[in-house]
Amino acid sequence: MSVKRDSFSVSITVGAYGSAFGAAAVAADFSVLQACLLSLLLFSGASQFAVVGVIAAGGTPINAIATSTLLGTRNGLYGLRLAPLLKLRGWKRVVAAQITIDESIGVALAQKDEAQMRKGFWYTGFGVFIFWNLFTLAGALGAQSIGNPSAWGLDAAVPAAFLGLLWPRLSDRKSWVLAGFAILLALSLTPFVPAGIPIISCTALAIIIGWRK
Amino acid sequence: MSTFWIAVIGSSALAFVIKFVGASVPETFLSNPRILRINTLIPVALLTALIAVNTFADKTKLVLDNRALGIVAAIALLIAKAPFPVVVVGAAITSGVAYRYI
Repeated sequence: MSVKRDSFSVSITVGAYGSAFGAAAVAADFSVLQACLLSLLLFSGASQFAVVGVIAAGGTPINAIATSTLLGTRNGLYGLRLAPLLKLRGWKRVVAAQITIDESIGVALAQKDEAQMRKGFWYTGFGVFIFWNLFTLAGALGAQSIGNPSAWGLDAAVPAAFLGLLWPRLSDRKSWVLAGFAILLALSLTPFVPAGIPIISCTALAIIIGWRK
Repeated sequence: MSTFWIAVIGSSALAFVIKFVGASVPETFLSNPRILRINTLIPVALLTALIAVNTFADKTKLVLDNRALGIVAAIALLIAKAPFPVVVVGAAITSGVAYRYI
């Protein structure tokens, strides 16, 4: 029973947050259709916000794709972790891959035995997928109807959303140090290089700081 | 094809490739501790940079505007352990009000 309850509460809470994505995408001049396609096809919150954030900051599409893809690499590692447990074959592997995200893995790994883990993965993956997409549409339509996004503070909703995603990751000293350097590097590069480059450049900081134990 | 469509289709395709490869290759691959460590740090670096740029940059200019107040509100709400949607809505309201009065 409890795995169902966990999956549902995670799905609805995280899904509701899709409305912030839909609104942010439309505020950055994506169409409602494009916002919805990102939620259906890309389906990974941080990467979706990165596409919108980089384009909103004036970056090129290549930059948006690179930033989004680097943020998505963790989904591949989640898959490595879960694939043996899920015993995936054929079309099931395609579906499982699409719903491999922070939340489905998080709920799965919190369960005690393998059967419960499998349930947690599928329930949460599908649950978040359904609610995230419904709320994306709602948020996008809402933002489309309100006019100037700055007057409604939607321009601040994008960085606030990133902050909400970053916050739980600032779990140790190393992360805080990295975050501090990333702010310095991104802002000091901003006046000198094309938009989007300052963001992706910060990958180098993660490699430098993560290299040593 | 427009900037927006290239970004939407390109990022979606690569996101799926990563997820699918992860679900298909043997587990021992990529389980090197250094790669795992860097992998957990990459989102921290990119998310922080995205926050900084989306708050303090306007194309290639550094600016201090209503968005900064929105972020201050978001930090305060996170420290107060507010839930996710409250943080985003709180930042938006603060920034929207600031936009009107400054």
